[in-house]
Amino acid sequence: MSEMRATPVVNWTAIFKDALIAALIAVGLFALLIGLKTDQTLNNQMVLVPRPGLFGTIVALVFFGRLFLGYLNAVRSSEVKKKKPSSALMIKVEKYGLPVLIGFLVVYPLVVLGTVGPQGALKWIDNFGVQILIYIMLGWGLNIVVGLAGLLDLGYVAFYAVGAYSYALFATSEPIKEFMAQLIGEGFWQAWAFWICLPVAGILAAFWGVLLGFPVLRLRGDYLAIVTLAFGEIIRLVLINWVEFSNGYAGISSIPRPSFFGVPFNATENGFAAKFGIEFSPIHRTIFLFYVILALALLTAAVSMRLRRLPVGRAWEALREDEIACRSLGINTVNTKLTAFAIGAMFGGFAGAFFAARQGFISPESFVFLESAQILAIVVLGGMGSLVGVVIASVLLVGGVEILRELDFLKMYFGDNFDPAQYRMLIFGICMVLMMLWKPRGLISTREPSVFLKEKKAVSSDLVKEGHG
Amino acid sequence: MSNWEKDPILKVEHLTMRFGGLVAINNLSFTAGRGDITALIGPNGAGKTTVFNCITGFYKPTVGRMSLRHGHIDIDAHVEALTDTAGDSVTTPEGSLYLLERMPDFQVSARAKVARTFQNIRLFSGMTVLENLMVAQHNPLMVASNWTLGGLLGLAGFRNREKAAIETAKYWLEKTKLIDRADDPAGDLPYGDQRRLEIARAMCTEPVLLCLDEPAAGLNPKESLELNTLLRAIRDDHGTSLLLIEHDMSVVMEISDHVVVLDYGTKISDGTPDHVQNDPKVIAAYLGAEDEAEVEKIEAEVGL
Repeated sequence: MSEMRATPVVNWTAIFKDALIAALIAVGLFALLIGLKTDQTLNNQMVLVPRPGLFGTIVALVFFGRLFLGYLNAVRSSEVKKKKPSSALMIKVEKYGLPVLIGFLVVYPLVVLGTVGPQGALKWIDNFGVQILIYIMLGWGLNIVVGLAGLLDLGYVAFYAVGAYSYALFATSEPIKEFMAQLIGEGFWQAWAFWICLPVAGILAAFWGVLLGFPVLRLRGDYLAIVTLAFGEIIRLVLINWVEFSNGYAGISSIPRPSFFGVPFNATENGFAAKFGIEFSPIHRTIFLFYVILALALLTAAVSMRLRRLPVGRAWEALREDEIACRSLGINTVNTKLTAFAIGAMFGGFAGAFFAARQGFISPESFVFLESAQILAIVVLGGMGSLVGVVIASVLLVGGVEILRELDFLKMYFGDNFDPAQYRMLIFGICMVLMMLWKPRGLISTREPSVFLKEKKAVSSDLVKEGHG
Repeated sequence: MSNWEKDPILKVEHLTMRFGGLVAINNLSFTAGRGDITALIGPNGAGKTTVFNCITGFYKPTVGRMSLRHGHIDIDAHVEALTDTAGDSVTTPEGSLYLLERMPDFQVSARAKVARTFQNIRLFSGMTVLENLMVAQHNPLMVASNWTLGGLLGLAGFRNREKAAIETAKYWLEKTKLIDRADDPAGDLPYGDQRRLEIARAMCTEPVLLCLDEPAAGLNPKESLELNTLLRAIRDDHGTSLLLIEHDMSVVMEISDHVVVLDYGTKISDGTPDHVQNDPKVIAAYLGAEDEAEVEKIEAEVGL
């Protein structure tokens, strides 16, 4: 087909009118909000201070901004639509993006250690590395439920909490500690608790996933979202109110930290540093934690990539596309949904156990709805079903917030009281709005087929359904 | 004695379906013969799709019994005893008997081997043509993958079974002339191809009875002819019996061995295409009045 290019037709009167209306709305909105300021005189009298300059600037900004936007739209709509990025490219991103990313992550702590030294590296490995990886893992876990099976789960943080509390409670439990001390030896439980409790936490979370799954299976769409949301809140409220069990708001402290497969990270002669003949530094544990969460996240990715190519994964995606057709083909949709819930929850549980071990202290405050929303935002922003998309979204959302803390130089302009980190929710919101305008189906929205005869062609996002609960 | 009386595969007895006060199907009984193409016809709103939904388990009928047999088990000899038990099937050396009204929808397909297509096509539009056919082979593949465990470990047994499943899919893609589009998303196919893909997908479940809900709707005359050939091939080469709802009389009269006519949920005629075509009740149902005299009477009533 030959390239067609029409000269842009710009209807200036319409754009002008539109901008004028926008400006009028701005006048109505901001006349009192910005145009007037209440102030106190020395006699404690309240006076109104008009601010015509600021008010005028805002209205003018709105007017010209709208004018510019209208012009931009007119030019764009008269242009022939550009070709979408070829499907081959998107498949390449999925194919080569992940190995490159894994390579980068493996050398990341060592590179950071080499460049900024042990003191500065702690922040970069812990706040950026470990923190982002936890969310990547949670995103990949939730991706199984939301992205593949199309079940909108707003209470994913509940499984994160189940994992965290299972590890915390088992690891700090005196009876288990004593039992293990008698059975194997003193100090055994302290050293090995994490590695034994990790699978247990996953299994318990999966069990709770199935338990949640049963009552909500008949619900679809909005109803499913509401019930899962409620489930997340129930778990949190139980943790707050059942004080004998979970110690309520006070949380659980002095949770044993993970050992290097039995070798603790401390300054004693049995510690990691002494055993390996290096100088003790707290950074060793952080680097080790980084690799543990990296391994856990990669396990999640490997399993979910593999599952997509298995009958159960295909059934999840088919369920997202059309549940009635699935039933007509003999697929037990109840079991299929339950496996999605259970496997997604299991990875949430792993991440939770890791979180408890890393923090050394957990309380219900860590498992609020906002966490669920953030994990879901990562999945949706990344593009439902895309592993690389989740990584990009985690880096943007989690890393972006951490970056805000680093912007201390802004205080030079806005005064000492300015704390950029307080604006994180605002920026979070703006990001989401922009994304939904620019790429409503997420950053990487094409779907990669799980099996092919001759040639692997990516499926355009227009055809892929989001699921209906 | 006609084939559907001698060798029935499906026997529907006194099927009634009420939605609140509306009687969609009223005391319907018919049999579908093994190796027959049975057509279910009737004016719009006659209750044809409701019959399909009952047979395939999507609706639970208010009253009625639907027995389906595999092999040569004698339906009449076993059905009463089976009805008195709480079970939904019985297996003897001659074959198995299923009571469809007792089975949940997915089991009607998985165990009783009844496959169906939908009036408004229901493909997995975001998945490729090949993937659609792989999903249809979910149950055997699930067993081969040891319920995911063996598949996760990449055991050879599963890989071989998957290859076999791809071969089955290829076979049906060639039959339905879709092999060149195997790697394209199902939602990208033109309408006629989507109809054929839905039939191919249903056949991948290896059904003994295939229920087609208006397979020729929206097809052009050439595509309709090709559909006739495909349906005959399914019946002759695979021993699958067909039950179809169709409005296109050129398809119905051309290929069916047995026609059942419904009007307002009640059966008004049942027999060979020739018999049904000449049945005055059928003509009345389709054209509105039985004969000239009645037409004149109605015209007089409305004042023409």
